[in-house]
Amino acid sequence: METGTPLSAGTLYDKVWTLHQVAELPGGSTQLFIGLHLIHEVTSPQAFAALRDLGLGVRHPERTVATVDHIVPTTSQARPFADPLAEEMLATLERNCSDYGITLHGLGSGRQGIVHVIAPELGLTQPGMTVACGDSHTSTHGAFGAIAFGIGTSQVRDVLASQSLAMGKLKVRRVWVDGAMQNGVYAKDLVLHIIRSLGVKGGVGYAYEFAGPAIAALSMEERMTLCNMAIEGGARCGYVNPDATTFAYLQGRPCAPSGEAWERAVAWWSSLASGPDAVFDDEVRFDAAAIAPTVTWGITPGQGIGVDEAVPTLEQTEPDERPLAQEAYRYMDLTPGAPIAGLPVDVCFIGSCTNGRLSDLQAAAAVAKGRHVAPGIKAFVVPGSEQVAAAAEAEGLDRVFREAGFEWREPGCSMCLAMNPDRLEGRQISASSSNRNFKGRQGSASGRTLLMSPAMVAAAAISGRVSDVRTLLDAAGATAPDRAPVPAAAG
Amino acid sequence: MTSPSAPFPFGAIASVVGTAVAVRGDDIDTDRIIPARFLKCVTFDGLGEQAFADDRAELNGAHPFDHPEHQGATVLVVNRNFGCGSSREHAPQSLMRWGIRAVIGESFAEIFYGNCLALGIPCLSVSHADALALQAAIQADPAASVVVELETLRVSLNAAADSAAVGSAGASWPLTLADGPRRMLLSGQWDATSQLLAHDGQLRATAVRLPYLTAFSAV
Ligand code: SF4
Repeated sequence: METGTPLSAGTLYDKVWTLHQVAELPGGSTQLFIGLHLIHEVTSPQAFAALRDLGLGVRHPERTVATVDHIVPTTSQARPFADPLAEEMLATLERNCSDYGITLHGLGSGRQGIVHVIAPELGLTQPGMTVACGDSHTSTHGAFGAIAFGIGTSQVRDVLASQSLAMGKLKVRRVWVDGAMQNGVYAKDLVLHIIRSLGVKGGVGYAYEFAGPAIAALSMEERMTLCNMAIEGGARCGYVNPDATTFAYLQGRPCAPSGEAWERAVAWWSSLASGPDAVFDDEVRFDAAAIAPTVTWGITPGQGIGVDEAVPTLEQTEPDERPLAQEAYRYMDLTPGAPIAGLPVDVCFIGSCTNGRLSDLQAAAAVAKGRHVAPGIKAFVVPGSEQVAAAAEAEGLDRVFREAGFEWREPGCSMCLAMNPDRLEGRQISASSSNRNFKGRQGSASGRTLLMSPAMVAAAAISGRVSDVRTLLDAAGATAPDRAPVPAAAG
Repeated sequence: MTSPSAPFPFGAIASVVGTAVAVRGDDIDTDRIIPARFLKCVTFDGLGEQAFADDRAELNGAHPFDHPEHQGATVLVVNRNFGCGSSREHAPQSLMRWGIRAVIGESFAEIFYGNCLALGIPCLSVSHADALALQAAIQADPAASVVVELETLRVSLNAAADSAAVGSAGASWPLTLADGPRRMLLSGQWDATSQLLAHDGQLRATAVRLPYLTAFSAV
């Protein structure tokens, strides 16, 4: 085979899978080569310990890249950390990376950040790769047309030892989205809507291929938000076929191919996209124009509604979803049938691997600019990486946020999960641009989370309650972020 | 309290015997199995004590994992979509270190299922009705001895000698487990690392044909 020669027909998933197949394993699974392995301080220490116990080395240290994100404080990142356990985890990662010759993008390197933010921005994530990381939101990297999935610690050990994994092949569902999203509606709303419709288990056993005019119009950062949450819909990976938007994003990034290799890379990447003859195991369709800003009201990401809707009553809920709905009413302290708009919030968090990129901060800043956080609300912005922070500061976004009463923090996972000092207290309720609203997720066993887009979080901070960001955007005459014009929907 | 003596899974796994514990509810995610604050560790030791920590605190001693009669249980019986959410292996690790050696449920989240398999812990499926029946039977007779057979794919419950139900013949339910994982467990080949390393030549051949590992030069 020559690069640039189209691969056999089929979906991108099929082509990438075939190319990375190493062997068939006795248990019926496939040994799959892993092109890019990303590690962080939480799920890697036990894997390195197991390697040492087994007397094994790292087979391809140049294909593993490390950063630190989950446990870092976002106020002061001075070492040693105030929390001795966090300090021990980072010191362990540093030692493991140095022992095995693995690149670590540490604090202050200019490249540190949330693992799913830094790999794309460094150009590490590329079309046609298999990407694995001990973190479920590895599906993010599928935005580039990579097959990317989260793994457990024993699998981190396997990838370190063998650069491969035992995997079962998934089915592929095409999620086709027609139309154009309204002003004030973002990729976060789109994916919350998809999960609400297909269910948090709807994607189990599937990879989601996101396609259609509305997907083609998304920026790379929006595609990352979309693929990031594929896992919340049960799909272990989600991807978008690589196209001109993908290539334009990658060109010139530090780890992307350059010179003559660039042309060959683009030719090969282009050949990977699902062809017109591709056969899908299933297909579902959505109309982007019909989607409103979406907010979760319950305790799974599937319990979402448009901001103009009411918390569903038991009668409006599918019978098998009712026990969960009842648990959610109780935990969230919400009344079935009550509108979600107007619900007071306590904490507003903008950040995470779902929505901690530059365009997310721009969208939130457009809402915050010239306004002020409501009294009594704690609002803070956590850039996804040092590069995002630098770019945002270069445009003065940090000033916009500070002037509006938001705190501007150092990069990390922050209040997406409770492994660092940022957390909810008691029954506090947060408007959060992160990806999980599970009970206790944000650090208080009784804390409550409403997931929404960064612009919606900013709107909640300004008004002190859940609000439709479209009204604020209209008032400011602001528009949605740069998005390519959508060609007329076919059919 | 944790099961003190059961050794971690090793070698071929044909059956799991012991007593069972039922944890009811759909969509029990890994944050509930092991809350995130316990993830700050560089070893898995000690995670067993923290299994379901927040649920147990909330129920103040009434959680099945706190019931004295369930201490030492090896089989966990759950409902739908167990183990959803974060991919953290801390969740199966904490269940394993608490003493669980097999999980029976209506359905499992994929990553959780794979993480359990990698530890030698089978996740077996049952119908909704059978899950409820099994959970009711365990609750009625917590000391009943449970046998999970991977060869015949059945779980049977035999009344404890001192239970009121003594003399009853014991009940049994069919289980589902995909053939691949089943054979891996039965043959002891669930330890993936050594199998992966056995294919050195094929690993090299695969690396050579991946364009992004060869600067996109023709191969
Ligand atoms: S931001 Fe949240 S979801 Fe993303 S990697 Fe960090 S903890 Fe995981």
